[in-house]
Amino acid sequence: MNEKRRILRNSAVQALIASLLCIVLGMLIGYIVLLFINPTGAWDAIMEVMKNFLHYSKHSLRIKNFGNTLVKTAPLLMCSLSVLFAYKVGLFNIGVAGQYVIGTCASLYAALAWGWAWLPCMLIAIVAGALYGGIVGLLKAYCNVNEVISGIMLNWIGLYMTNMLLTTVKETTSPYTYHLKDSAAQALLPTAGLEKFFNNNTYVTIAVPLSIILAVFIAILLDKTKFGYELKATGNNKNAAKYCGMAEKQNIILTLVIAGALASLGGALLYLTDYEQWQCTASSVPGMGFNGIAAAFLGGLNPIGTIFSSYFIQHITSGGAYVDKTMYCSQISDLISSIIIYLCGFVLFIKYAINRSLDRHDEKQAQKKKSLAATPEESRKGGDK
Amino acid sequence: MLLLIQYTLIFSSVLILVALGGCFSEHSGVINLGLEGVMVIGALGGALMMRYAPEGLPSIVLVLLVLLAAIVSGMLYSSLLAVACINFKADQTIVGTALNLLGTAAATVLVKAINTATNPNDVSSTIQYIEQKKAFIVNIGSFEFNWFMVIAFIALAAAYITLYKTRFGLRLMACGEHPQAADSVGINVYKMRWSGVLISGMLGGLGGICYILAGVSEWKFENGVAGFGFLALAVMIFGQWKPIRIGLAALLFGFFRALSNVYFGFGFLVSLNIPGSVYNMMPYVISLLVLALTSGKSRAPKAEGIPYDKGSR
Amino acid sequence: MEPYAIEMLNITKKFPGIIANDNITLQLKKGEIHALLGENGAGKSTLMSVLFGLYQPEEGIIKKDGREVRIKDPNDANALGIGMVHQHFKLVECFSVLDNIIMGVEPNKFGFLQKKEAREKALALSEKYGLHIDPDAKIEDITVGMQQRTEILKMLYRENEILIFDEPTAVLTPQEIEELMQIMKNLSAEGKSILFISHKLAEIMAVADRCTVLRKGRCIGTVDTRDTTMEQLSAMMVGRNVNFHVEKGERHPGDVVLDVENMTVASKVHKNNAVRNVSFKVRAGEIVCIAGIDGNGQTELVYGITGLEPLKEGKLTLCGKDITRAPIRKRSISGMSHIPEDRHKHGLVLDYSLEYNMILQRYFESEFTDKAGFLRRKNIRAYSDSLIEQYDVRSGQGSVTVVRSMSGGNQQKAIVAREIDKNPELLVAVQPTRGLDVGAIEYIHRQLVAQRDAGKAVLLVSLELDEVMDVPDRILVMYEGELVGELDPKKTTQEELGLYMAGAKRDEVKA
Repeated sequence: MNEKRRILRNSAVQALIASLLCIVLGMLIGYIVLLFINPTGAWDAIMEVMKNFLHYSKHSLRIKNFGNTLVKTAPLLMCSLSVLFAYKVGLFNIGVAGQYVIGTCASLYAALAWGWAWLPCMLIAIVAGALYGGIVGLLKAYCNVNEVISGIMLNWIGLYMTNMLLTTVKETTSPYTYHLKDSAAQALLPTAGLEKFFNNNTYVTIAVPLSIILAVFIAILLDKTKFGYELKATGNNKNAAKYCGMAEKQNIILTLVIAGALASLGGALLYLTDYEQWQCTASSVPGMGFNGIAAAFLGGLNPIGTIFSSYFIQHITSGGAYVDKTMYCSQISDLISSIIIYLCGFVLFIKYAINRSLDRHDEKQAQKKKSLAATPEESRKGGDK
Repeated sequence: MLLLIQYTLIFSSVLILVALGGCFSEHSGVINLGLEGVMVIGALGGALMMRYAPEGLPSIVLVLLVLLAAIVSGMLYSSLLAVACINFKADQTIVGTALNLLGTAAATVLVKAINTATNPNDVSSTIQYIEQKKAFIVNIGSFEFNWFMVIAFIALAAAYITLYKTRFGLRLMACGEHPQAADSVGINVYKMRWSGVLISGMLGGLGGICYILAGVSEWKFENGVAGFGFLALAVMIFGQWKPIRIGLAALLFGFFRALSNVYFGFGFLVSLNIPGSVYNMMPYVISLLVLALTSGKSRAPKAEGIPYDKGSR
Repeated sequence: MEPYAIEMLNITKKFPGIIANDNITLQLKKGEIHALLGENGAGKSTLMSVLFGLYQPEEGIIKKDGREVRIKDPNDANALGIGMVHQHFKLVECFSVLDNIIMGVEPNKFGFLQKKEAREKALALSEKYGLHIDPDAKIEDITVGMQQRTEILKMLYRENEILIFDEPTAVLTPQEIEELMQIMKNLSAEGKSILFISHKLAEIMAVADRCTVLRKGRCIGTVDTRDTTMEQLSAMMVGRNVNFHVEKGERHPGDVVLDVENMTVASKVHKNNAVRNVSFKVRAGEIVCIAGIDGNGQTELVYGITGLEPLKEGKLTLCGKDITRAPIRKRSISGMSHIPEDRHKHGLVLDYSLEYNMILQRYFESEFTDKAGFLRRKNIRAYSDSLIEQYDVRSGQGSVTVVRSMSGGNQQKAIVAREIDKNPELLVAVQPTRGLDVGAIEYIHRQLVAQRDAGKAVLLVSLELDEVMDVPDRILVMYEGELVGELDPKKTTQEELGLYMAGAKRDEVKA
C-alpha cells in the first residue's frame, strides 16, 4: 500500500496519469460529440481514428502507412520540442506554427530555386527559423510584447511571406510547389536504408531518427547542463534568476532562437521528404505547429514524453483520414486533439487533486500514530507563511 | 474610395466588438486568448440561424434572431474558458489556445456533417446566406451600410457607461486589479469573473457573425476568422484597455485590413505592382510594430492571468 | 454587566501538522481598545481569520452582544459590523479614494453609481474623526498613511462598530503613528470597539486599555495595561525573559570594503528618487546597519548596491574596484553576497531541489560545471550535503528536498549558508530575520557577528529596533531616501534612534 502511494507522489507518474486521463476523456468527449452529429457511425469513426494504419488488413499496406505516420511524426515532434523548450523558460511559443512555415519556406526555396542539396537546405531552414524565433524573443525582452500576441502575428506574416516566395517555384497549373523528385532530387533527405523496413516507403528518411535524437538531446540539455539549469531557474523564478546574475533577456532571446530553429527544422524535415507540397494559396497556417502545442503538453512537458505524445497525436490525426466520409470529415481528429489540449489545462488541477488526497491520507495516518503514541510533539512547521 | 471607407468601417466594427469583449474579460482578471475561437462559434451560431430561419420573416426579426444566436453561442462557448480558468484555475494561455483550435475544428466538423447530410456529394465546410445577408444591409447610393456599424457604436458607448458609471463596472474592474480587495468587501470574485468572460463571449460572438457578414455571402468554416481575434487583442492593448481608445485603435487597424481587400481598386496601388500577400500581411505587421512601440508602458489590469484562490490571501 | 461587543470563546483551529489556535478566548468590551499581542506565528492572524469567517474553527463559539453568531464568510462579518484594516491594504490602486470607500456598498439607482451622496457622507466622516482625506485622489498617488486612513474610512462608511487594526504601525512614520493613535482614541471615545493587533509593546502600553497575549497558538492571558509593565508583557509574549543581546567583542575595522558615493536611485512607485545622494563606507570587520521605517528607500538602496536596479547617479566601489555599472554576476564574483529581503521572490527557486538552490550563486564555477557545460552532479551533492550539515538546515529529504516544502526558517538558513559560504568580502543582509522564530533569529545574528569577526564587512538592513540596537557596530538612519544620522549603538537610546527614524532630528552624515 505504502509503495503504491510513494509511486503516486512521483511527479513523472502523476504527469503520466494526467496525460492518460486527458486522452481518455478527450476521446470520450469526442465520441459524445460524434454521437450528436450522427449516432449510427460514431463508434466506428472513433475506432478508425484509433486504428489509423491498422485500417488495412494487409501487412504490407499497414507497414507502409505506419511509415507515413512516422514521416509526419518527425516534424510534429520538432514542433512540440520547440513549444516545450520555450515553456521551460516560462514562454508560450504559439509562434511555433509560423516558425514551422518559415522552415518550410526556406528549405523549399533553397532546394527549388537555388538547387541546394539537402544538408544546406536543412541548415538554412534552421537559420531562418532561429531568426524568426529571435524576433519574438527580442520583442519580449526589449519591448515587453507578450510572446503569444507577437507569435500569432508572425504566424500570419510568415504564412503570407511563404506564399509570396514559393509562388515563384510552383507548378504552373496548380497552386502547389514543384515535386522535389522531379525538380530537385538532390534536396531529398537520404533514407539511409530505412525505406526497406516500411515496404519501400521512400518518404521514411533520416528525419525520423534525427527528430528522436534531438528529443534526447533536448532532454540532456535541459536536465544535465548549466544552460538547462539557468533556463529552468529563469522559468521557475525570473526574479531569483536575476538576483543570482543570470542574463534574463539574453536567455529569453536565446531560448526563442533555439525554439524557432527546432520548429523550422521540423518544416524542413517534412517538406524535404517530398511527402507533401506547399500550397501557395494556403489561407491558414498549417495545423502542425498547433498540434505541437498539444503534443508538448500531453507529453507532460518532458522531451522523452513528447516522443510518445507526438506519435499519438499524429496517429489520430492520420487516422482521421479513414473515417466514413459520408458521415464525418477527417477534421474530427483535430477536434479530438483540441479537446485534449483543452483538458491539458486541467493537468495542474489533477496533480493537485492527487497530492491532496495523498496528503489527507498521510494526515490521517499520522493522527492515528499520534493518538497511539500519545506524545505531543511540537511542530516545526509553524511560524511562517 | 467609398468602398475603402465601407470596409474600414465594417472591419473596425468587428474589431471594436471583439476588442471590447477582450477588454471586459481582462478587466475582470481573465485573459481571453480564445476570442478567435469564440468568434468562429458565434459566427457558426449566426450562420446556422440564417440557414434554418424560416423564409419570409420580416428582416428585423431575422436580424435579431441571428444576433441572438451569435450571442448565445459565443457565451456558451466562452463558458468553457470560464469554468476551466476560474473554477479549476487552469492555465489561461493553454485553455485559450485550445479554444481557438477547438472552435475551428468543431465548426468544420459540424458544418461538413450538415452539408453531407443534405447532399452526400457536398464535403465543403461552407454555409451560404446570400438572401439572408440582405437583411443586414441598407444601400445608401453605392455605400453598403451595415447595421453592425451601429451595433458596434452602441456597444462602445454601452461599454464606456458600464465600466465607468455603474456598480457592475466598478466591481468588475476591482476583480481584475485586486481580487483580494474585492473579496474583502463582499464582492464575489468568481461571479464577477464569470460575468466578464461571458460578456466577452457575447461580444466575441457578435464580432464573429459581423466578420463573416462583412464582405462575402458565404463562409468556409475551415478558414476560421484569420487571426481577427488576435488583431482584436492587439487593438485592445493598443487601446490601453479603455473603450474610447479601443474605438480609435480599431479604426486604424480596420483601415489597414480594409486596404488588403480593396487595394486593387486604387490605380496607384496597383501600379506599384506589390504582390497581394503584402497587403494581406499589412495588418499583422502594423500591429506588431504598434505593439513593439507601445507595450513598454502599457498598463494591463494588475491581476489578469492570475487565477483567484479564495484560500490564499 | 454590559455584554461584550465580541467574544471568541474557546476557539480551536488546526491545520495539517499544527494547531494554530488552541482553546483561545478573547473578549472585547464595548468602546475599549484591546490589544492582541504575540510573536509571528503565535496565531494572531488565524484568530482574526476565524473572526472574519475565512476559516471555520473546529471548536469554540463567537458571540456578539451576548448572542451567539455564526460567521461563515467575510460578508457575515461585515453584516455584524466587524471591519478590519489589513496589514496589506485591500485597496485598488488605480481607483480613487471614494471608489475604494464605496466599493461593495455602492449607492446606486438601477445599478448606476450615485457618487454625490457617497462623497458627502465620506467627507462628513473624515471631518468628524480628523482623517483629512481627499476623496478624488488616486490611491497610487497618496502616502501610505493616507491609504491607511482610506481603509479606516471604509470601515466607518459601513458603520462598523468593531474595528480591527492588523499591525497598523509597521508601515508608518512615527508622526503618522502618533496621529493614528489619536484617531484610534477618537474612535473609541465615539463608542467604537477596537482590536489592535501588534507586537510592539510601547504602542500597546500607550494606547490599549487591555491586552490579550498569545504564544504558540495558546492564550497566555488577558491583562489590564494599567496594571502591567512592558517587561511583564514581553515575558508573557516570549515565555521567558529573553535577552536579545548578542555577544560580540571589540571591533577592529580594517580597510574600506564598500564605498558608496553620492548614490541616487530612481523609484518605481513614485516620481521622486527613492534614494537621494547617499554616501557611506563599510569597512572590513564591522557591521553597519541601515535603520529606518519601511519604505524610506532601504530596498532601493540595496537594489542599487547589489545591481538589481541601475544607479541614476553616484559611484560604487567594492574592494577598490569600481562596480558602478558592473552586472550582478560581476559583483557577486568580486566578493559581494546578498541575503535578500524577500526570500521567495529573489532568494530561492522554490521548485528546485535544495542542492540546486545551494549552488545558485556558484553553479557556473568549475567545481560544479565542467568545460563542456555539464553539471557535476556528484560535486553538487557533496557540497550541498556539507552545507546542510554545517549550517544545520533541516528538511524532509536532505539535498533532494524541494525547497517549497521546507519551513521558512530553514529556507532562510539555506540562503544564509549559501551566501556566507561563498566567503564574501561584503555581506549584504536585508531583514535576515524577518518572520523567523527566536531560535533562528539568534542563530542568524551569531552568523553575522562571526562574519565580522572573520574580518569581513557586513551591511545589515533592518526594521526591527531590537536588532538595530544589538547587532551592528554603527547605525546609519535612513529617512525619505537620505541618510539623516549616524549613531553608535552603545551610546544611543531607542528614543533617540526613533527621533532620527521619524525625521525629527538629523545630522550631516559624512562618508
